[in-house]
Amino acid sequence: MLESHPDILRIIEEARGDGWVLEAAAKQLFSLAGFAVPRFALARTTEEAHRFAGEIGYPVVAKIVSPRILHKSDVGGVAVGIGNDGRLAEVFERFRGLDGFQGVLVEEMLSGIELILGAKIDVQFGPMILLGMGGTGVEIYRDVALRMAPLTEKDALAMIDGLKARRLLEGYRGAAPVDRGKLTETIRIFSSLVMELEGRIESIDINPLLCSAGRCVVADVRIILKSISGTVSR
Amino acid sequence: MDLKPLFEPRTMAVFGVSSTNYRHPANEIFTKNLLRYPVKVYGVNPRGGTVNGQSIHRSISEIPEPIDLAVIAVRADFVPDVLSECIRAKARSATVISGGFAEAGKRDLQERIVAIAQEASFPFVGPNCLGIYVPSHVDTFFLPGERMVKPAIGNVSFVSQSGGILVDHLIKFAGEGVGLAKAISIGNKALLGELDLLDYLAQDPATRVIVFYIEGFGPNEGRAFVQNAGKCGKPIIVLKSGKSAGGSRAVSSHTASLAGDYASFSAALSQYGIVEAANELELISFCESLSAYAKPIQGRVGIVTVSGGHGAMAIDACTAHGIVVPALPEDVREALRKNLSPSVREIASLANPIDLTGSGIDDDFVATAETLFAMEEIDCVLALLLPYIPGITADLGAKLSSVATRSGKPLIAYVPHVEKYAMLIEGFELNGAPVSPSIEGAVLMVEALRRNRPC
Repeated sequence: MLESHPDILRIIEEARGDGWVLEAAAKQLFSLAGFAVPRFALARTTEEAHRFAGEIGYPVVAKIVSPRILHKSDVGGVAVGIGNDGRLAEVFERFRGLDGFQGVLVEEMLSGIELILGAKIDVQFGPMILLGMGGTGVEIYRDVALRMAPLTEKDALAMIDGLKARRLLEGYRGAAPVDRGKLTETIRIFSSLVMELEGRIESIDINPLLCSAGRCVVADVRIILKSISGTVSR
Repeated sequence: MDLKPLFEPRTMAVFGVSSTNYRHPANEIFTKNLLRYPVKVYGVNPRGGTVNGQSIHRSISEIPEPIDLAVIAVRADFVPDVLSECIRAKARSATVISGGFAEAGKRDLQERIVAIAQEASFPFVGPNCLGIYVPSHVDTFFLPGERMVKPAIGNVSFVSQSGGILVDHLIKFAGEGVGLAKAISIGNKALLGELDLLDYLAQDPATRVIVFYIEGFGPNEGRAFVQNAGKCGKPIIVLKSGKSAGGSRAVSSHTASLAGDYASFSAALSQYGIVEAANELELISFCESLSAYAKPIQGRVGIVTVSGGHGAMAIDACTAHGIVVPALPEDVREALRKNLSPSVREIASLANPIDLTGSGIDDDFVATAETLFAMEEIDCVLALLLPYIPGITADLGAKLSSVATRSGKPLIAYVPHVEKYAMLIEGFELNGAPVSPSIEGAVLMVEALRRNRPC
């Protein structure tokens, strides 16, 4: 994967100074690696934000862009379901006051079940892959499956089936089931990517990975780089 | 590196034996091997002298024959020289009992002895350990022979980072009738660690089950361990401590927080079909059942008892572990009913669990076991026995075991463990069926067979 996409390594090297890869760059990396990502644009001004939102079409999601904010939701740095220019301008103004403000990510609003797909380089066991119910409550519900990478298709299926919330993915109470094939494939490509990045990263959170009947989309992703992470402010 | 001389030494040199301090650990090791084991033992101390009527050699080079195993119990500072001396004298292996290395902050000293051994491809266990105990063969534990509780010879081998945990479990093995093949205390595991012993024991014909007590692995060592364990073909049980360590470390991602050291450890083990024991009760239960039955099951259990309460408790325990207790089809129940004794036929409850009631006799148990073992839907039978029921005899253990042996499926029994019922228990155990002193323990035995799954 890395041979055919030298840009993946370039993105990581450029983020060295921050210790982690900011969302827009991380999404670009994942897009290069073959993952589906939402349409998004980085707006430095309200006017730019309005223009992008017009292109994408309301409602949109807005997220703070700051190298100093690792967990955006924790500081009120994520706004979803923004329906018009006025509301977008308000959010933009509010984000401008947050620590390290560099701009706003304007993104298409997608629906689906929120999963977390993560990786961690464990000292004793090397690359580990985590799949679980995602969103901001992920550390409260702790409904996760964990396996040592690289993963086979069988491993990926066992992880999906190992979740307590598995029935939610199978079309609970009339909802359309999540595309199991797409999810399995996403887990597998992720495992391959992590194996290649093993020496460079400390951990990755794709949270949420939005999964629906048709697709699995990397709606937000954070890549923590090796060794420098201790200095990242939260 | 050839580890065989560690476990099957013909000759042994004990360094540090003292002619004046008979309580010196080296003296214990020397004396017990001299008096109790079929190994030729030589004491070594530069000061010379005699011990137990044997003269102490001033150096390994004075010993008239080649040494298979050197047991080194001298001060840490002297260990590098002793090790070099052993290598020059063409000794084949060593256990370094002495403490005072990495565990005492002396990492350099430890690295020095590793470098010396590596250069000569010389295997050693330790330092800071008890070393090796192979029943009827060799014993480098510095514990007085009369104080050790020794399990029967069997097929379980136990590798432990902690000597204390190891010796304590040998006591439990003896109490529960788990047989021991080899016990290895690896201490600081400076040179030989879990991975080397796993590879050796995987090839060891005397070992059928391998148990590890692990505090932690070195960098990427865990990965290699689970991968080799997954390929080894023998059941592997791991007891882990230090589960809560590292929990307070600040982590910057959800994944790093959710996949902490222990979560990763546990997940990697189960991914490769290694059976993790949560505590000592689980460990002993798992050892008992896996040393009897190495073949994995899916966990669909038939339960037979003479007490509704015991059946209900067992069902709860099974359900909690995700073990299935399938119902008996109508035709099977009718056929079984005809085979029961007249007084039981009308009152027995033939759902699963099968309750033969207090009127049950040996023949009813045998008929029920035959029915359960014959069922496709059932891959393991649990017999909950109350030996004080009048119709049960001390022969029942042997009778049920022979039904199990014929069927090729595992049988696990619960019998209260008191002297009075020893003959019933032996009837099971001598015929290869494990017996637990508690219902929960019996269900854990089933659980071990279910979890022991090649990946």
